[in-house]
Amino acid sequence: MSGWTGMVPMEGFEAPGVESFDLPSLFPGVPGLEWFNRYMLQALVAFGLVLAFWLVMARKNAMVPGKAQFIGESAYGFIRNTLGRDMIGHDFRKYLPFLMALFSFILLNNLWGIFPLTLLPTASHVGWAYGMTAMVWVLYNAIGIKKFGFGGYLRHATLPPGVPTWMYPLIIPLEFLSNILVRPLTLSLRLFANMFAGHLLVLVFVLGGEYLLLHSEPLVNKVAGVASLIFSMAIFGLELFVQILQAYIFTVLTAQYISSATAEEH
Amino acid sequence: MLPMELTGSLGIVGYGLGAIGPGIGVGLIFAAVIEGTARQPEARGVMLSTAFIGFALTEALAIIGIALAFVFGGL
Repeated sequence: MSGWTGMVPMEGFEAPGVESFDLPSLFPGVPGLEWFNRYMLQALVAFGLVLAFWLVMARKNAMVPGKAQFIGESAYGFIRNTLGRDMIGHDFRKYLPFLMALFSFILLNNLWGIFPLTLLPTASHVGWAYGMTAMVWVLYNAIGIKKFGFGGYLRHATLPPGVPTWMYPLIIPLEFLSNILVRPLTLSLRLFANMFAGHLLVLVFVLGGEYLLLHSEPLVNKVAGVASLIFSMAIFGLELFVQILQAYIFTVLTAQYISSATAEEH
Repeated sequence: MLPMELTGSLGIVGYGLGAIGPGIGVGLIFAAVIEGTARQPEARGVMLSTAFIGFALTEALAIIGIALAFVFGGL
């Protein structure tokens, strides 16, 4: 096999995998703080930035908006019109603060993936996606239960109007499965897996390119390494698009779940 | 002749097969948007926002597939 291995260019290369996401603690050895890793730090910084942004934007409201106020009002208008009013309908004002907080928090956490000093989207660790989805799940079910009562909400969520009686045994388990159980699963996995796959793609191109350029001998490999590194810039562009899109999709689906939990039967 | 030896996870092959369906689905969604825009250009914004929700739902299948390829990759 010695002649064969010479043709494999990446012999000593350790491909990035799931273990690339197991980051060490920031305070190793400090009792009670071992859980504090980079994901936690990024999420806390994002929390602070989002809080500061909306507090500053809400404080001074001039009649003629300046540049900063224009940015804030555009962001607010975008979330209110496309996420709140279009998805939830006439009762959207109650849920608007939650949607705004959710959208800006997820957007900022995703953008850590292309910010040069961090380069790691927070939701690429599945716990963060689970946590945010659990909050949304509790919220939309609680809203439905508050409006219709427990039995009424179960009936509302599992029984679409106009279904003939003989189809009840088929429809009720299916709707329960899709509305109560599968929704949080897909919502969290969508956000997590998009961030995970995107970060992994970046790792493959950057680490693979670095290995080919610096640690392998033939000139062809070095050219391929440079091409890979240049192409990773395009991957970053794709990632930027995906990160913004996923923050938007997460909030749109949250709004849609709230609207379907509270919708009156027509 | 060299003995051909392939090592690695079969989960990645499974993921490749699993990505066919969502690929077709995403293509159909945006084909419909393009056709709709050609027929009625002023409805583009409305169609695009619906299309992105459909796109996310369809793409989730492929994305969940890549997560599962890692989950079952060690088996």
